[in-house]
Amino acid sequence: MSALLTIAGLTAHYGDFQALFGVDLTLDQGQTVAIIGANGAGKTTLMRAITGVAKVTAGSVRLAGEEITRSPAPDILTRGVAMVPEGRKLFPSLTVEENLLIGAHARRGNGFWTLERIQTLFPILKERRLSPGTALSGGQQQMVAIGRALMSNPQVLLCDELSLGLAPVVIKEIYAAFPQIKDSGTSIIVVEQDISQALRVADHVHCMMEGRITLSGRPSELSRDAIHDAYFGVNHA
Amino acid sequence: MMLIDTLAQGMLLGGLYALFAAGLSLVFGIMRLVNLAHGDLIILAAYLILTVATVTGLHPFVAVLIAAPLMFGFGWLLQTHLLNRVLGNDILPPLLVTFGLSVVIQNGLLSTFTADSQKLTAGSIEAASVDLGVVTLGVMPVLTFGSAVLVIFLLNQLFYRTALGRAFRATSDDAVTAQLMGIRPQRVFAMATGIAMVVATIAALYLGTRANFDPSIGPARLLYAFEAVIIGGLGSLWGTLAGGIVIGLAQAIGASINPEWQILSGHIAFVLVLLIRPRGLFPRAND
Repeated sequence: MSALLTIAGLTAHYGDFQALFGVDLTLDQGQTVAIIGANGAGKTTLMRAITGVAKVTAGSVRLAGEEITRSPAPDILTRGVAMVPEGRKLFPSLTVEENLLIGAHARRGNGFWTLERIQTLFPILKERRLSPGTALSGGQQQMVAIGRALMSNPQVLLCDELSLGLAPVVIKEIYAAFPQIKDSGTSIIVVEQDISQALRVADHVHCMMEGRITLSGRPSELSRDAIHDAYFGVNHA
Repeated sequence: MMLIDTLAQGMLLGGLYALFAAGLSLVFGIMRLVNLAHGDLIILAAYLILTVATVTGLHPFVAVLIAAPLMFGFGWLLQTHLLNRVLGNDILPPLLVTFGLSVVIQNGLLSTFTADSQKLTAGSIEAASVDLGVVTLGVMPVLTFGSAVLVIFLLNQLFYRTALGRAFRATSDDAVTAQLMGIRPQRVFAMATGIAMVVATIAALYLGTRANFDPSIGPARLLYAFEAVIIGGLGSLWGTLAGGIVIGLAQAIGASINPEWQILSGHIAFVLVLLIRPRGLFPRAND
């Protein structure tokens, strides 16, 4: 496996506040990586820094060997990194179908994901296609947000807090789509506060605290205690 | 009989105000920018049509086909090089800059074309009329109103039926998330201002053939346009047409009572609508 996304020494600020302190992370082709951590650990800033929305002050982000650090957000999307933003951020003026179509705004040529394939993945989106995007339930809105990101046929899909504010049964339904997304050749980074969900889908897990990665490993290698300590910042040493 | 005539004339006049307002409404709807130079840009377009018509000898209706793309380019450059730099969370800088632009355009026109009144001459069509039995309508006012309806219909189609329109709406909703979709808000804004200037050129054609114009009359056109947009409800294009008609009707009714009351009646109608419906007649649900 070769590294698709390589993040080295990434430092970013959120206003005057330094939110990331030299984060290193790699995502291999076909891999799913989970980033877990409490509120304010810097997970969302990391996602925003990768996609060009947050300002990077040092370090680099490379996609398939090419530097994309500090590229404008639309360029990064065009290069193949799409994001499902925290809070879903659907466009209220657009219908469900238009929200999906706008995901393909910058797309050139064909790819696996089409409107029909998204509507097959999440059939409710076909049924509700003419509703305003924001009239849907939280879970359905999350499906629109995932579908919208997939419409650009990304190499890398970043999912920020998919399960936030959703019922467990809905979270399960959303994560049930992951095998198909992986099969389409997309590599995934999920940011999660739901640790058990993260351990279930990921090939590799990183735990963040106060802007740093404090623990990394395969889900099978990491003990519950170690994750618990890294998550809450307890130090037994 | 007299009343029907007054109402018909007022409604047709509303078409002209809707044309003044459509570009303003479009730009405000997409980038929340109140362009205080909009009236002066209409007058600039009128002088451009006049110049093209004078130099080439073309009829103003043909000259507008040359002026409109030039104004599109001007709007694009204006947005790219000036207005995009001042758009942000603070609403004051764009107001100050467009106010300054208004002053620059007025003085530029004054030194180039002098303060003499000008008019676009369209020939015999200006005096032509159609007799509908109950009421006789001028061909030019009917054309103006028809153009206003067509322009608003086309802008709506653009907004709700095309990929560009989707990008307009998405950027208006949330410019940061729009960038995550690969949309470049600054280009979207440049496109919107370009289109607004094409509409302003159409407005200028009817303004210039209907009455005299000189470099100083832009701000008054802005006021009518602004009132039409507010009456209609911010961000609603059909509302803008309705707003134009409300002002046109009020002016016609006021003028029929006493000619001095024409302008004042329009402004009073504006205040009355705001008192009864502070968000306008057709406010956008999610504003």
